[in-house]
Amino acid sequence: MKYILKKLLDMIPTMLGISLVCFFMIRMIPGDPVLNLIGERGADPARYLEMKKSLGLDLPITEQYWVYLKKTLQGDLGNSIISNNTVWSEFIERFPATVELGMVGLFFAIIIGIPLGIFAAIKRNSFFDYFLMSSSLIGYSMPIFWWGLILILVFSVKLGLTPVSGRIDFIYDIPTFTGLYIIDTLRPAVVSAEGFAPFWSSLKHLILPSLALGTIPLAVIARMTRSSMLEVLNEDYMRTARAKGMSRKRVIFIHALRNALVPIITTIALLFGSIITGAILTETIFSWPGIGKWIVASITARDYPVIQGGVLIISFIIVLTNVLVDVIYYFLNPKMRN
Amino acid sequence: MRVFLKELFFELKKNKGSMIGIIIIILATVIALFAPLIAPHDPTHIYSDYLRLPPSFTAGGNPQFFFGTDDLGRDLLSRLIYGSQISLAVGFAVVVISLVIGTFMGVIAGYYGGFIDKTIMRITDLIMSLPSILFAIVIVAVLGPGITNAIVAVSIVAIPNFVRIIRAQVMVEKSRQYVSAAKLFGAGNFRIMFIEILPNCMAPLIVQASLGFSDGILNCAALGFLGLGAQAPMSEWGTMLSDARSYIESSPWMVTLPGLCILIVVLSFNLLGDGLRDALDPRLKKQN
Repeated sequence: MKYILKKLLDMIPTMLGISLVCFFMIRMIPGDPVLNLIGERGADPARYLEMKKSLGLDLPITEQYWVYLKKTLQGDLGNSIISNNTVWSEFIERFPATVELGMVGLFFAIIIGIPLGIFAAIKRNSFFDYFLMSSSLIGYSMPIFWWGLILILVFSVKLGLTPVSGRIDFIYDIPTFTGLYIIDTLRPAVVSAEGFAPFWSSLKHLILPSLALGTIPLAVIARMTRSSMLEVLNEDYMRTARAKGMSRKRVIFIHALRNALVPIITTIALLFGSIITGAILTETIFSWPGIGKWIVASITARDYPVIQGGVLIISFIIVLTNVLVDVIYYFLNPKMRN
Repeated sequence: MRVFLKELFFELKKNKGSMIGIIIIILATVIALFAPLIAPHDPTHIYSDYLRLPPSFTAGGNPQFFFGTDDLGRDLLSRLIYGSQISLAVGFAVVVISLVIGTFMGVIAGYYGGFIDKTIMRITDLIMSLPSILFAIVIVAVLGPGITNAIVAVSIVAIPNFVRIIRAQVMVEKSRQYVSAAKLFGAGNFRIMFIEILPNCMAPLIVQASLGFSDGILNCAALGFLGLGAQAPMSEWGTMLSDARSYIESSPWMVTLPGLCILIVVLSFNLLGDGLRDALDPRLKKQN
C-alpha cells in the first residue's frame, strides 16, 4: 500500500512537467496565438481583444499557467477550434477504437510471441531458433507505416480478403455500449436483429490494422521470452527438478515459465507506449477512427487545443500504466519488497 | 583506443549478422556519397510522358527507368539513390546531436549526483513518459514541418537513452581508484569527468549510437510519412511512401520500394548494434 502511494506521488512532478510542456507548446508557436486562432483577416480590434481575454492571454504568464492548471484539474481541456466540441468529448468518442485496436494487436503479439519464444529457448541454436531470432530482428526494424501498406497491398488489393479502411461496413449502425465493436456487435439485441454479419464485418476490419500494430510487440515479446527462458533454464533448481524425476514438459511449463514470466509481463506492460506510437501510424494508414488519427489530423488542421489536450491525456495514461507496471512487478517479485 | 577497436572488430567478425550489417551500411554509404555518379537520372526531373511507369523488368516497363517512375514521372531508382543521402545524413545528425547532449548530461548527472542528478533525471523521465513519435509530433507541431525540425525533434527524443546509459556507467566508474588517484594529483572535476572517466564508458555508448542510428532513421521516416518531416520535392523515403499511398492499387512498386530501403538500412544498423552488444558485453553473450 505504502509503495503504491509512493509511486502515485511520484507521478505528480512528471505530470506537472508534462502540463508545463503542453502549456508552453501553444505559446511557443511562432506568431500571435490569437491571430493563429481567428485568422489574420477577421481581426477587427474588438474581436481580437475579446478573443485574447477569452483565452486568458491578457494575464501575466505565471497566472495563465495557474488558470490552465486549475481548468485542467477540473477536467476542462478546452474546445476544438474545428468542431467546437470539448476536447474531452472528442477524446472519449475515439478512445474505444484505439483500445480495441491496441488490445487485439497486443493479444495477437502475446499468444504468438510467448510460445515462439519458449520454443526457441528449448531448441536453442537450432535452425528454428536462428530463423525466429532473425525474423524477430526484421520485425523489430520494420517501418510499420510501410508494413501496413504492404498488408493492404497483399490482403486487400491482391487477394480481396479484407477491407482497406474503417472499423465496420457503413450499412451497420451499431448502438454504442462499450465502444468496442467486436463486443458491441455480439450483444443479444444486435445479434437478433442483424445476425452475426456485423460482428464478422468488424472483425474483418480489425485484422489487418491489429496485425500491423502487433508486429513490433510480437518481435519484442518473442525475444524477451526467449532470453528470459534461457536465463531460468540455467538455474540450479531446474536441474534439481529434473533430477527428482519430473518430466521435461512439466519442468519447462510449470517451473521455468512461471519464473520467466516476471520480466515478460514487465516487457508487455512497457509496450503500451510503443502501442500508442504504433496506433498513431496504423490509424493513419487504415483510416481507423481512434486517437492516433485524431492527433495527426489536429496537427494538419493546426487545432492546437486538441493537440494540447490530447497529448496531456495520452501521457497521463502512459505514466499511469508505468506506475501500474511497477506495482505489478512489486507484487510478482518478492525480492523487491525488502 | 586502437587496440580496443582492433579487438572489437575481431569479435564482430565472428558474428555473421553484424558483418552483413556492416557490409550493407558501407554499401549504402558509398551509394549516398556517389549518388550523382550512380543515379541514371536527375531525381527531381519530371518526364511528363512517363507517368507511373512500372519497373523495367515487368510488363509495360521501359528500360530507361529500371524501377519505373512515380506519379509525376520522376525516375524512382534515382530518387531512391538520393534518398539514401537524406536517410544516412539524418541518422548521423540525430546520433551526433543526441550523443553529445546526452553524454554531457549523463556524465554531469552521474558524477555530481544530488540535486543536479535529480533534475536531469526528471527531465529524461518526462521525455520518456511520452511515446517517441508523439513527442516528436508535438515538437514539429510547434516548430513547423520540415527535415531540420524533424531532426531536432527526433534528436531530443533520443537524448534520454544516452543520459541513462552514461549516468549508470559513470556512477560505477567514479568510485574506482584511478579517479581517487586523479583527484590526489589535483585534477579538476572537468578533467576527471571527460578525460579520465568518459573513455571508460565507451562500450555501451558505441552500442547505443548504432541503435540510435536506426531509431533516428525510422522516426524521421515516420514523420516524413505523416507529412511532418521532409517536404516535396525532396526524395526522402518516408515522404515518398506517403505520396505513393494513393496509388497503392495501380502502382504498387511506388509503395514497395521506398519502404524496403528503410527496412534494409534500419535492419543493418540493428544487426550491427546487436553484434556490438554481444562483443562488448561478455556477460550477455554467454547467456544467449
